[in-house]
Amino acid sequence: MSGVRVLVGTRKGAFVLTSDGRREQWDVSGPHFPGWEIYHVKGSPADPDRLYASQSSGWFGQVIQRSDDGGVTWTPVGNKFSYAGAAGTHQWYDGTPHPWEFARVWHLEPALTDPDTVYAGVEDAGLFRSTDGGQEWQELPGLRRHDSGPSWQPGAGGMCLHTILLDAAQPGRMFAAISAAGAFRSDDAGETWRPVNHGLHSEGIPDTAAEVGHCVHRLAMHPSRPGVLYMQKHWDVMRSDDSGESWREISGNLPTDFGFPIDVHAHEPDTVYVVPITSDSLHFPPEGKLRVYRSRTGGDDWEALTRGLPQRDCYVNVLRDAMAVDSLDSCGVYFGTTGGQVYVSADAGDNWAPIVRDLPAVLSVEVQTLP
Amino acid sequence: MIRVVLPAHLRTLARVSGEVELRVTGQVTQSSVLDALEARYPVLRGTVRDQDNGRRRAFVRFFACEQDLSHEQPDAPLPDAVAAGAEPFLIVGAMAGG
Repeated sequence: MSGVRVLVGTRKGAFVLTSDGRREQWDVSGPHFPGWEIYHVKGSPADPDRLYASQSSGWFGQVIQRSDDGGVTWTPVGNKFSYAGAAGTHQWYDGTPHPWEFARVWHLEPALTDPDTVYAGVEDAGLFRSTDGGQEWQELPGLRRHDSGPSWQPGAGGMCLHTILLDAAQPGRMFAAISAAGAFRSDDAGETWRPVNHGLHSEGIPDTAAEVGHCVHRLAMHPSRPGVLYMQKHWDVMRSDDSGESWREISGNLPTDFGFPIDVHAHEPDTVYVVPITSDSLHFPPEGKLRVYRSRTGGDDWEALTRGLPQRDCYVNVLRDAMAVDSLDSCGVYFGTTGGQVYVSADAGDNWAPIVRDLPAVLSVEVQTLP
Repeated sequence: MIRVVLPAHLRTLARVSGEVELRVTGQVTQSSVLDALEARYPVLRGTVRDQDNGRRRAFVRFFACEQDLSHEQPDAPLPDAVAAGAEPFLIVGAMAGG
C-alpha cells in the first residue's frame, strides 16, 4: 500500500512523520539536528530517498544536510554560499544602501529530474544551485543583478528568497519570489530574470503598482497547468493565467486576505487552499478560529474548512512554507503551525486531525507520496 | 598538542565527544588553531568563522586561561599554556537567546 512521508522543519529540529495511505496512524522520527532551526526539508521528485535539509543557527551559521535513505541517516554537505562577484547593495530598512550578506537558506528546491541538482533560495535574496548533491553551491547571479536589485528591501522577516517553482512543461522556466521585492521569472534556467508583478497593488509602498517592492508571501502552481499561478501576498490572494505576465485578485469572500501559505490540490488545478490570518500586525487566525479556506473555482469563491480544527482560543500562525499536499487518490492536505501542531486532512480538507500537537514552532512542511 | 573544547552543537556536527586534540605547526594562534580544526573536521567550516572573510561569527567566543580572547587579532599568539597543551582553547556559543 502506498504511503506518505511528511518532512517538518521547526525552530528546534526536523521531524519525519510517516503513515500508510490511510493517513490515520503515524510514526514520528526526530528531532533530527536538535536545537537548530530547520527552515526547510524537501525530497527529490526524481529519487524520493534523496532529501535535503537547511539547518541553521544564529550562533553557528548555515549547514546543509543530505539524506540518501529517506531521512534515516544524514550527511552534512557544502555550506559555502558566496555571492558571485562584487556583492553590491540593496536598500536597508532606513533607505540606505546595504551590502548583500548571506544569512541562511530559506528554501531548497530539488530539480525535477536530477537528484543531484538542487536550488537554494537564500537571505539576503539570492538564488544558488548545486549540481553535485549539495557539495558545492554556485549563485545564479542574474536574479540579484537585475536592474531593480539595488532598490529591493527586506520585509520584517528579512530579505528572503522563499519560493522557487520549476515548470515541468517548459524546461528552463522557473519562478522565484522574494520578500519584499516580488515575483520573478526566468525562461533560461535561471540565467536572466525579470519581475512579473503587473496587477499587484500594495499599500505599503509609495507606488502601489510598482514593478518591484511587493511583499509576495508565497506562489503555488499545479504541475499539469503551469501557466496558472496562485499567490498569497502580504495582503491579497492573486492569480495569474499567463505565467505571471498579469495578476488579478481572487480574494473574493475570504474573511481576510492576509496570510502566508497557498497550495493547490494534487488532482484539481482549480482547487486552492489558503489560511487567512487576521492582519499584518495580528499574525493569528480571525476570531481565534483556525480555518483553512478552499476554493474549488480557482479563487473568488471560498469555503471555510473547520472540521477537526480548533474553533476557539487559537492564536497560532501558519508560515509560508508550512503547507503541502500529497498525491494519493484522495488528496491529502497538511499544514504546520507556530504552536507546534501538524494537521492532516486525508480528504482534501473536509476533515482534519492533528498528527502531532507539541513540536517546536513549525517553519516548513513538505510531503512525499511513496509507492 | 593543542586542546580545543567545542560547544555541544559543534561536537555533534563533527561527531566527536570531549576535547579535540590538534597538531598545529608554526605559531599557535586563533587562525592556526582554527585552520587545523577545519582541516581535520571540514564540516565545521563556516560554523566558527566566515568562510569568505575569516571573521569570527558574531555569537561565537574564544576563551582560554580564564580570559576572553574573542577580540584579539586572529594572528596574535595564544597563551603559552594553550600552546603547551596545559590549557584548552575554548570555542563557546555566546549567551544569547534560546
